[in-house]
Amino acid sequence: MGDQPIWITFIVTFAIMTVLLLSMAYTTWYERKVLARFQDRLGPTRTGKAGLMQPLADAVKLMGKEDLVPDAADRNVFLFAPLITFTTALLSAAVIPWGGTVQIFGTDVNLYPTDINVGALFILATGSIGVYGIILGGWSSGNRYSLLGAIRSAAQVISYELILGFSLVGIFIITGTMSLTDIMFKQHEMLSFGPFEISNWFVLTQPLGFVLFVIAAVAETNRAPFDLPEAESELVAGFMTEYSAMRFALYFLGEYISMIIMSLFAATLFLGGTSGPGADKFWGLGIMWLVLKVMAFLFFYIWLRATLPRFRFDQLMGLAWKVLLPLAILNIVVTAFFRLIGNGQVF
Amino acid sequence: MEPVKTPFNVMDSTQTEYSGTLMVEDEHELASGERVMTLNMGPQHPSTHGVMRVLLKLDGETVIECDPMIGYLHRGTEKLSETKRYAQIVPWTDRLDYTAAPQNNLGYVLAVEKLLGLNAPERAQYWRVIMVELSRIASHLVWLGTHALDIGALSMSLYTFREREMIMDIFETFCGARLTTNMMEIGGFSRQLPDGLIPQIRNFLRVFPSKLKEYTDLLSANPIWLARTKGVGVITPEAAISYSLTGACLRGSGINYDVRKADPYLVYDQLDFEVPLGQFGDVFDRYLVRVEELRQAHKIVTQALNYIENDDRPMMAYESAYVMPPHMGTMTTAEDMQRHFVWVIKGFSAPVGEVYHAIEHGKGEFGIHIVSDGGSMPYRLRLRTPDYVNLGVLPHMAQGAMLADMVALIGTIDIVLGSVDR
Repeated sequence: MGDQPIWITFIVTFAIMTVLLLSMAYTTWYERKVLARFQDRLGPTRTGKAGLMQPLADAVKLMGKEDLVPDAADRNVFLFAPLITFTTALLSAAVIPWGGTVQIFGTDVNLYPTDINVGALFILATGSIGVYGIILGGWSSGNRYSLLGAIRSAAQVISYELILGFSLVGIFIITGTMSLTDIMFKQHEMLSFGPFEISNWFVLTQPLGFVLFVIAAVAETNRAPFDLPEAESELVAGFMTEYSAMRFALYFLGEYISMIIMSLFAATLFLGGTSGPGADKFWGLGIMWLVLKVMAFLFFYIWLRATLPRFRFDQLMGLAWKVLLPLAILNIVVTAFFRLIGNGQVF
Repeated sequence: MEPVKTPFNVMDSTQTEYSGTLMVEDEHELASGERVMTLNMGPQHPSTHGVMRVLLKLDGETVIECDPMIGYLHRGTEKLSETKRYAQIVPWTDRLDYTAAPQNNLGYVLAVEKLLGLNAPERAQYWRVIMVELSRIASHLVWLGTHALDIGALSMSLYTFREREMIMDIFETFCGARLTTNMMEIGGFSRQLPDGLIPQIRNFLRVFPSKLKEYTDLLSANPIWLARTKGVGVITPEAAISYSLTGACLRGSGINYDVRKADPYLVYDQLDFEVPLGQFGDVFDRYLVRVEELRQAHKIVTQALNYIENDDRPMMAYESAYVMPPHMGTMTTAEDMQRHFVWVIKGFSAPVGEVYHAIEHGKGEFGIHIVSDGGSMPYRLRLRTPDYVNLGVLPHMAQGAMLADMVALIGTIDIVLGSVDR
């Protein structure tokens, strides 16, 4: 994990961006297919084999649409807001590791764009900035459904950001670092129980933190059952009501990128990231394990959407502040206590 | 809260013309100094079940005032009926509550039969019961699917429409049409039963209970569903009576009134079924009542089908002069041919009089009041559609509800705008 020439970083970043943007497009296909299966349908079938060209068709359609700006809208803010959501969502990918330092064609390559020592905080921070896109977009649309969606979104993100952060503190206490790369490699160590050896995934030592994180991540990405900012049955399309064409698509894709990033984040923090059989022998296998974990998370997201009704706004807030937050604090206290015992500072 | 910039002119809220989704007569201040936001929900809104418009005054997300506005689907059915002969009105009733066309047909046909003093043969009555109860299942399934969809349970509508499709297929086999069935005729049924109808219904009856269990498994114990429906939109028994609610809205509040029991028509007094009642009168109780009604409707269809399956008596009251003669008669005898000619060209002249007949529609009491001046068309035809009356309770329920509850409240009344606006 040493320094590397800037051009290698550039290539790695470019590769990761490409993979992310492609996978984002295909997450929409994945969601359509999986949701359709849940609902006794087929999903897209006409565009290519098994509808595999559907993301392309969607993109062509959306690009061909008129980019409408309502008269009531605050024009500049309205045009700018979707970019915030999209870019910040993409930005979080910078600190997520897809492996350690590997040898490719005889060159040392770091399989991550950057490894800053507050990587976890960086993701939380970009997530918080991302909500500005929603608030500004909803506010500047000049539509009351958008406004309500934006206000809901602000309140929701503030509440769940807190839980998201708190649920991670346990891991920081255990590992003593906030660098995602370090956290991930801590989980590559094996624990042995007699004849059995299992990976030291933090989902085992931090089960409560994991559950809290997953709930908060669903809320953070505005997905069902916490999709109140865009609750289509109440707010038409929430903050996206007035958006059309590619600006609508930017919000839409921003949401999917957030989903992927949150899945990557969860996999890195709790499920060992690239850890898995054979991952330390060949880096490609590690990436495969990571992708499989992310796909499992995405499946879970879609499963929730297919099954659960939507929370009401006050219930959402009640859940965050009255149930999840005390649990998160309890988790921190208990983890800290065991850490102190481990250090021999108690008893 | 800063007011939203609006390009529209400030208008009086009583004015019905407006443009855009922003509705006008903007923020006014509460006593506490806070501003009220006026939100115009509909007529183009995903959860108003058609083209209803609800004018909401919101304090944050809390509803202070709710004003449902209807009439966007008004087609003048009552007035049109005055220019149509009795038999020609049946297709118009299809378009009232288009999720339950056979029930509308039945309500109208029974009212006319009451006016004419006509009784359909027993076999036809049983088949009417079968079709109407299947239609009740279909309309309740539409309600369950859309209501759950409004509250956010996305998949439910696809599951319920899957079973509704089977009923639509049964209707198609029976009468050739799926949605606007035009199924009932004055005097019974003039067509033969098609082959394969009974096995098709049997198949549906066999499949349906397990599917119903699937729906209730997904919803009845779901904590989010309970949180969204329990204690929401409570109607006390007194309020239910004073708003003259009928159907599940009334029975959800624990009042035992079902036209099928209170004033039996067709052969309902010979069938064994129960009337489910709610306890607290909230959205959840009305959900339970309707789900139980699905079970009871299944039970009724099973009984009626068992009784009538091997019957081959005539289905039409041909002895009456008000009924079109049988097809073979028209082809072979002069009297029947003349009667057929007059019936088609001029219709029959109904006796002078005034009747009201009500049936238990899937949504409540569906009543038809006909005034006849002795002509071949009604002098006046008045429709009492259940969801129009039930909709009146919406402002009462919406007091202090959250915005998200509004969609649950609109859903729980089970409105179809075709029937509300007429």
